[in-house]
Amino acid sequence: MTFDERQGYVVLATLAAPLLAMVLLFFVPGSKKMLARYISLGFATIMLGLSVYIFVAYQVHGGDIQMELRWGWVQNVSFLKDGISLHLGIDGISALMTLLTGVVAFAGTLVAWKIDFRTKDFYILYWMLIGGVYGTFFSLDLFFFFFFYELAVVPLYMLIGIWGSTRKEYGAIKLTLMLVGGSALIWIGIFATVHQAGLGTFDLPALWKAGADGTLTPEFQKIFFPFFVVGCGVLAAMWPLHTWSPDGHMAAPTAVSMVHAGVLMKLGAFGIIRLGIQLMPIGASFWMPGLMVLGVIGALYGATAALTQRDFKLISGYSSVSHMGYVLMGLATLNQIGVTGAVLQMFSHGVMTALVFLMIGALYDQAHTRDLKDFGGLGKVMPMWVIFYTIAGLANVGLPGLSGFTAEFHIFVGTFQTYPVFGALAIFAAALAAAYMLRMFSIVFFGPFNPRWSSLRDITPLETVSGGLLIGAMLAMGIWWAPFIDRVGHTVTLLPGVTG
Amino acid sequence: MRDYTIFIPEYVAAGSAVAIVAIELIWPRFRKDALAYLTAIAALGWFVASLFFVGKTPGDFQGLIRTDNFTSFFRLLGSGIVFVVALMSATYMRERTKAAAEYYGLLLIAGVAMVYMAAARELITAYISLELLSFSLYILVGYLKRDNLSSEASLKYILLGAFSSAMLLYGLSILYGVTGTTSYDGVAQALATRAGTTDSAVVVSLMLVLAGVGFKVSAAPFHMWAPDAYEGAPLPITAFLSTASKAAGFALIVRLFSAAFQTNAVEWRWAVAILAALTMTAGNLIAIQQTSMKRLVAYSSIGQVGYMLVVIAAMGYGDAKVGHDATAALLLHITGYVVSTLALFAALTAYYNKTGNDSIKGLRGLAETQPFLAVVITASLFSFAGLPFFAGFATKLFMFQASTSHALMWLIGLAVLNSFISLYYYLMVIRQIYLFGPEGGLTRFRVSPVLGAVAGALLLGMLFIGIYPAPAFRGAERAVNPLFDLSAPPAQIAGK
Repeated sequence: MTFDERQGYVVLATLAAPLLAMVLLFFVPGSKKMLARYISLGFATIMLGLSVYIFVAYQVHGGDIQMELRWGWVQNVSFLKDGISLHLGIDGISALMTLLTGVVAFAGTLVAWKIDFRTKDFYILYWMLIGGVYGTFFSLDLFFFFFFYELAVVPLYMLIGIWGSTRKEYGAIKLTLMLVGGSALIWIGIFATVHQAGLGTFDLPALWKAGADGTLTPEFQKIFFPFFVVGCGVLAAMWPLHTWSPDGHMAAPTAVSMVHAGVLMKLGAFGIIRLGIQLMPIGASFWMPGLMVLGVIGALYGATAALTQRDFKLISGYSSVSHMGYVLMGLATLNQIGVTGAVLQMFSHGVMTALVFLMIGALYDQAHTRDLKDFGGLGKVMPMWVIFYTIAGLANVGLPGLSGFTAEFHIFVGTFQTYPVFGALAIFAAALAAAYMLRMFSIVFFGPFNPRWSSLRDITPLETVSGGLLIGAMLAMGIWWAPFIDRVGHTVTLLPGVTG
Repeated sequence: MRDYTIFIPEYVAAGSAVAIVAIELIWPRFRKDALAYLTAIAALGWFVASLFFVGKTPGDFQGLIRTDNFTSFFRLLGSGIVFVVALMSATYMRERTKAAAEYYGLLLIAGVAMVYMAAARELITAYISLELLSFSLYILVGYLKRDNLSSEASLKYILLGAFSSAMLLYGLSILYGVTGTTSYDGVAQALATRAGTTDSAVVVSLMLVLAGVGFKVSAAPFHMWAPDAYEGAPLPITAFLSTASKAAGFALIVRLFSAAFQTNAVEWRWAVAILAALTMTAGNLIAIQQTSMKRLVAYSSIGQVGYMLVVIAAMGYGDAKVGHDATAALLLHITGYVVSTLALFAALTAYYNKTGNDSIKGLRGLAETQPFLAVVITASLFSFAGLPFFAGFATKLFMFQASTSHALMWLIGLAVLNSFISLYYYLMVIRQIYLFGPEGGLTRFRVSPVLGAVAGALLLGMLFIGIYPAPAFRGAERAVNPLFDLSAPPAQIAGK
């Protein structure tokens, strides 16, 4: 067994861990809540460890796809010649996304500790979601890519519908239908692509080759690129298909909001890279100006909408729309620095928004309201909470030294290179971000203290650990960004159609 | 020399049917659930006997019946369905009837009819097999004679069924008039070499045949009987209707269209494509408004038939290779669909035995009262919707992928869209199960071990096909190999 093969089993183990946790939890009696929690914590720790390992072990100047593993799955049957294989592998982009998933999943596990209603069922669905996310990031086979992509969407309906809060049924069904509607488009795209390529395989590298060498003709790519990008765009909260995001986030329980905004939305952007840019480079260069426009509108619209909201979660929901707008802009530049920035932003927004939702959850669990106007002067009773939230907010605004700055700076530079006007608009959106964050801070943290809240307690130790981990990730990328940029940048230069 | 040995598996099934009826005649007080277990054992014997024919040289009976791998596939599937349905019926029928022998006998006979619909190589044989299935079902649907709904369902089914049989027969007779033969191969040859003056007669006969078989598989607009029959029939028979009778219909269609009509595909393929589009759209849209679980399943299965018809259309638009690949995927999909449907009905039967409520709202709070049944029902519905982990995801993906071509891209798109619509009403069921507490003071209850084991085994089967479809797909491919001559030049379908 070569070194790379052994590494492949690390990837497989990371994917197997959440699925194994699911199966194991299935056999735990529902009344043994602590057991379910400890099993989950154990698996979350393993996953965090493996994810960090994968990120660190990815060799910056090694081959593009590393830690490959390939098991034949359905081959030589009917129209499937090479067919389907469980083809896993890591490139610079998925290495970073793996790290993100590990961190956020771990933080989410700790936060979900509080859940006391059908604890076991919650964790089963939670691990299903995480398994889907890992699988999508690892898969180099279109069948399994879509398999895991859908798997990540399936449990959301129940996670939100059962454990959610405000208007949970509405939020849950809206979110599920919009996301599955998006994947219907991807489905059509897959049928057309596999048929057009005529290779009898779902292997992504083989299909990427077909996309680059013209087997997927330019006309074909121009027609079907939008299917993939709009389909994935729904999950990435692309304007005007973002409307599930505020409602869904408002309804979701804390841990689910964290994972959902933190990781799941990134699957959408990741899908645009894998199925859009890599599979259909010609379609990408044709359509990217359109994506740029949608990205800018999303960034501006999200920020403006956040400025007027009174519910914490709606502010974060719209802020996510805005930040995912940056991601789309970065991808649409199709130049190295912009796309790198987009991937960094996926990570940065992931950890930052997870922290924001964590803080909102910590407050809501005690106060049972999320209306900004009800609060004031919380700095007096919840100092740690205020500090954590402030750090998250500042990362959101793009303060140097935190991850947001690194990512957004790249995106802005990239955008200025190709579309100067949009670059200016993007910076305006960043200014709006400062406005809505500071508005919220001034109302909630400072301002006159409302004695109704004197019984509020500060965040629990579990939340502190969880938040500390996320802040650590933010600081790491904000201060010592070389490991991040090296990995992502190296892969991005190898993407087809991306200019230097 | 007539070879009667090729019928051995059906001797087992039909012989047991007679024996079971005789047992009740001789000992009228014989336990009704013991009859069910006898039927299950008979089905098992039938299954084992069928296994001996897998992969052997095809047997042929006077050019009427062929026992190749395609037949074997439906033998195994048919005996499997009868086995599960018999077990599901045990408690259900014991509580509702005094005489159950005919019920189990007819169940076996219906299974035999299904096999000969798959095995027939000649129009009259195919028609007789189809009628054998229909007549068994007419009785089975109305078996609860004290239940008005059951009798009404049976009457509707008989009237509409007779009407459709007449159409089918009329179509077949015109076809005979044009071609002068009833064997599939002869029809194919005669259609390919016929004079131009018979064009309209051929088109009319094809449309009549299509309407006739469309009725049997409940394709829209010939689906009107299905919801009523499903609703009135005993629950296990509803399961049988939505699995065996659909699978049998498609077995007949696949062999008929691949053997007899492949030479003039241009004359019918557009009609099948339209039929598929109508069926899936009607089924899924009407399903949204249902409040009874049985009717919901009826419409959802109509939607499924629409997806399956896509394959038949693809057969018409493609060459032998496309037909081969698409029908292999179709058989895989049918297998997955049968397993999921039976799992759903096993769980519903267990629930119905306890509560007697078959409305969707009646499932409220099932996650609290019986988490295992809740999981099984959710898994089967997700499998229908085509979500990962469960059979439907892989099978539907393969089926549509194999059917994709430039000419049919619109139909594939519509199928995916329908699949998306279907998720909505499945979620509405799951919503009742998981999002609400139980009503009427229902507390946690136990499932009978037999039904629990059946549901559990089917759930595992659903997961197996969904996660590792290769073995089942390979089996399905071996089943369709005898139907398509892949060495033939692909230009054969050009029509005239």
